[in-house]
Amino acid sequence: MKKILSDRAVGLKPSGIRKFFDIVNTMEGAISLGVGEPDFETPWFIREEGIYSLEKGRTFYTSNAGLKELKVEITKYLKRRFGVTYDPDHEVTVTVGGSEGIDVACRALLNPGDEVIIPQPSYVSYEPCVILADGVPVILELKEENRFKLTKEDLLKKITPRTKLLVLPFPNNPTGSVMTRKELEEIAEVIIEKDILVLSDEIYTELTYTGAEPASITQIPGMRERTVLINGFSKAYAMTGWRLGYACGPEEIIRQMIKVHQFAIMCAPTTSQYAAVVAMRDGDQEVAKMRESYNQRRRYVLSRLKEMNLPCYEPEGAFYVFPNISRFHMTSEEFATKLLTEQKVAVVPGNAFGDSGEGFIRISYAYSLKQLKEALGRIEKFIGKLDGKAD
Amino acid sequence: MREKILAVIEKNARIDIHDLATLLGESETSVANEIAEMEKEHIICGYHTLINWENTSDEKVVALIEVKVTPQRGMGFDKIAERIYQYDEVNAVYLMSGAFDFTVFIEGRTMREVAQFVSDKLAPLDSVLSTATHFVLKKYKDHGTILSTPEQDERQLITP
Repeated sequence: MKKILSDRAVGLKPSGIRKFFDIVNTMEGAISLGVGEPDFETPWFIREEGIYSLEKGRTFYTSNAGLKELKVEITKYLKRRFGVTYDPDHEVTVTVGGSEGIDVACRALLNPGDEVIIPQPSYVSYEPCVILADGVPVILELKEENRFKLTKEDLLKKITPRTKLLVLPFPNNPTGSVMTRKELEEIAEVIIEKDILVLSDEIYTELTYTGAEPASITQIPGMRERTVLINGFSKAYAMTGWRLGYACGPEEIIRQMIKVHQFAIMCAPTTSQYAAVVAMRDGDQEVAKMRESYNQRRRYVLSRLKEMNLPCYEPEGAFYVFPNISRFHMTSEEFATKLLTEQKVAVVPGNAFGDSGEGFIRISYAYSLKQLKEALGRIEKFIGKLDGKAD
Repeated sequence: MREKILAVIEKNARIDIHDLATLLGESETSVANEIAEMEKEHIICGYHTLINWENTSDEKVVALIEVKVTPQRGMGFDKIAERIYQYDEVNAVYLMSGAFDFTVFIEGRTMREVAQFVSDKLAPLDSVLSTATHFVLKKYKDHGTILSTPEQDERQLITP
């Protein structure tokens, strides 16, 4: 009998999140702080535009790279927010979420044996996407003492003659870490000198709480031409279920990405694209409102963690905190499982985002104050008990 | 800080000072002081409860009344408004632009009671030219809050 399955598919490690999800689902009455998406519904004016497009019978494919109107809005947004210019006709493609952008970029850029530096803890898809594209993932461990930021020194240690691409996952899921313009400049210096490319996943860029304008590596001279910028509508506009993102980069790369995208996907969902046009055109105020609301909850969660003496560096982006649980001498999974069975609170074990996430848990604060209050109260009780036992 | 305090307590008047201060990243004292100041300046005029009376056994009838008036010498709109809003039955009075002058919200136990108030109290006022009464049949949304069943969290329990 012939082998049925692809060795490469079988060889992919199942997502650690999936595993934990299955446990949580068997637990009745569990409250979760484990969700990686906004708690807001998509603002009504955006949903309404989607409905209107359906009423108008706009139910056909769009061009492979996406609606022209949307690509124009995307480039206008990047111009007004970051001062970076892209040509909507040749340097932009609309994708099915940021995650498709990551996959397609890897497939458009990598040759067998090309090394891709992936800083971790980070989003779960980079490593499998690189493997599926014949690349070789090289894991770079981000450190808590550096506030989970990428440093020049750590990067230099991982670069070899085969290094092709650096994944730049900031603002970061799960740590909430953000890179400033100045810190990005240091990275850019190395990137240019060593002649490598960057996949900059900026999906959380609108959710930064430093008070400063968010920075993109594409702003730095010499970087725009060697960067594929990935972003999308899920986090900023609370549009996760619409599955819509985009990639921008040099025409040469985007052309190949569109080709792969075209054969795999055809085009991103048409309804979502029409809705996204108004999101980007009229949504700035709504985004600011949501940002303020996340920021308030971020402060609340951090202050509660401090009160219960759970060490956590202060994250400045996304909607996660990433407290250090190593003092309990348990693995992240043990901690999360015990918390779930004893207090029925679901958080995500840090090692789901890479081995360097071991010793941490990810808590999402995309929940109402009431939910946060209840869940954090239970975590406090749980920790109190652990500390009591430890004494 | 004032705008931020107001934005939070407009939606959640019962939040305690400690939590409010934490959310805003301010000290409890300064938040408490700011609120006290705003109460004094009558920026914060009260803390009310939003009740969906339909879900209780109490009967309530609410009517919106369009009122046209003629301001008389020595008696501008404000004076007329005062004569209207002093009645306990009157819930709200707004001066309007357009085809009529005041919107008056009246609350009573029965339609009859409301109608009687309009014909006995409101319409006979010297300055009132005419009234048009519209009864509220159903409230869907009030003070920015949708009154039907509360929303469920539709999200999966754990996602990346």
